[in-house]
Amino acid sequence: MNAFALYGRYVAASLRAQAQYPAATLMLTVGHCAATAIEILGVFALFDRFGPVGGWSFGEAALFYALVNIAFSLADLLTRGFEVFGTDFVRTGAFDRVLLRPRAAALQLAGHEVRLSRLGRLLQGFAVLILASSLVPITWDAAAVATAVWAVAGGVALFVGILVLQATLAFWTVESLEIVNVLTYGGVQAAQYPLNIYAAWFRRLLTFGIPLACVAYYPVVAILKRPDPLGAPDWLLPLAPIAGFAFLALSFLAWRAGVARYESTGS
Amino acid sequence: MPSVRPYLAAFRARFQLMLQYRAAALAGFATQCWWGAIRIMVFAAFYGVHAAAAPISLADAVTYVWLGQALLALLPWVADPEIGQAVRTGGVGYDRLRPLDAYGYWYVRTLGWMLARALPRAVLMMLAAGIVLPLVGLGAWAWRPPSGMAAALLFLPAFVLMTALGAAVLTLANIVVAASLNERGVNAVLTPLVIVFSGSLLPLDFFPDALRPFLHVQPFAGLVDIPFRIYFADLGGGAALQGLALQAGWTVVLVGLGRLAMERMMRRLEMQGG
Repeated sequence: MNAFALYGRYVAASLRAQAQYPAATLMLTVGHCAATAIEILGVFALFDRFGPVGGWSFGEAALFYALVNIAFSLADLLTRGFEVFGTDFVRTGAFDRVLLRPRAAALQLAGHEVRLSRLGRLLQGFAVLILASSLVPITWDAAAVATAVWAVAGGVALFVGILVLQATLAFWTVESLEIVNVLTYGGVQAAQYPLNIYAAWFRRLLTFGIPLACVAYYPVVAILKRPDPLGAPDWLLPLAPIAGFAFLALSFLAWRAGVARYESTGS
Repeated sequence: MPSVRPYLAAFRARFQLMLQYRAAALAGFATQCWWGAIRIMVFAAFYGVHAAAAPISLADAVTYVWLGQALLALLPWVADPEIGQAVRTGGVGYDRLRPLDAYGYWYVRTLGWMLARALPRAVLMMLAAGIVLPLVGLGAWAWRPPSGMAAALLFLPAFVLMTALGAAVLTLANIVVAASLNERGVNAVLTPLVIVFSGSLLPLDFFPDALRPFLHVQPFAGLVDIPFRIYFADLGGGAALQGLALQAGWTVVLVGLGRLAMERMMRRLEMQGG
């Protein structure tokens, strides 16, 4: 069985388990949708009171918000195994069992638990995307759709990369470090406003350190067909999401170094 | 009048236990620093374009953010995870056997849980945002002391009442958890409600003006918005007293509701586990 078919089996098993409790799954999804959607209320209230900021109206800002939330929700679906890796796999010794199977450990972890409730964030992301499209004239031609899909793909790669790094740290700490939430949930929080409203040091961090701006800000500027107020050249904007894939590749290098030195906790 | 000693003991036991989680406190502190920094940068950007539209000054908004991050653990936005566990394992049966008022017992344990998580984070945040930031020359972004003696004196009862109100909300949520056997559904409702209506997401006056009459009288306002505005004297004199009265009034109402719900829940409780 090839890797994709195996992953499909993992997902199917996960979905069947959740289908045993349809009402609970539905309510958790609605709850997750509501809990993550309150942020757009805050964004709306600020724009409603102060008017446009950094040259962006609420509708345009909503597009930044929508794409980063869509990307994060998809990454969140894929990475439960990495998120709980320290607590549920390293500390308990369950990772020994994963390594014994003749399949890539990362694939098994990615299929560990696919939580349907995470679609709640995806739903609200799409709702905000529709809202944004109705508030500002975005021409959804082939190029714009391709840029959006490419940006989301880069965003998924970046967030998966961050979670793989969190899991890698667990080889040393034997715990899932929740401090990484600063980069995941905190990253979403930061990237849902346009980059040019932030201070320079923070912009640099979000571009060159954790390249959130490359998967959210720059491609959205390209979709809106606006010149970047920060002065990035037009041809660069749609290319920026590649930084997300580069980050993911580096994360997997670190992950392999971690697996190589793994000695089991002996539990 | 029964003795308060067992309640004090229950409070102290929970408080001391929760203080042991130092790594969790440090992680929470780091997360809240980051969150606070983002919030403040966003506020600064909006104030930069149209400061006159804001209901409070930027310095007050910055203090509001730090105060909110420091006291985040006092906000009743997730039910106590131990309650769900105790109900599912049958451990809640022991609470039934104690010769104590069940509501009072749960209330003080909740209070201990909230305060012990809040205290170390608040101290760290005060050091970082109140002392280190001004020392490194970032005084404009610092957490400021209360605006004057009157504000400081009024903030004391406001703080006590916000804690009492928070514990009342959370105890009520815990009772619903016990009745429904799982905390996830309760949290799904509780979290967005509390984050938005307490003023934790944004100070309530930042929402559209038409909503003000409603936002200022609902119970969650007493958790963040009222005490913090008393702190920087946005609410002073009569308005501050009115705010304190609102906090106290809702605390009494929610404790009353909680006692009714507790009685009902305990009568119908079925033991799980074995």
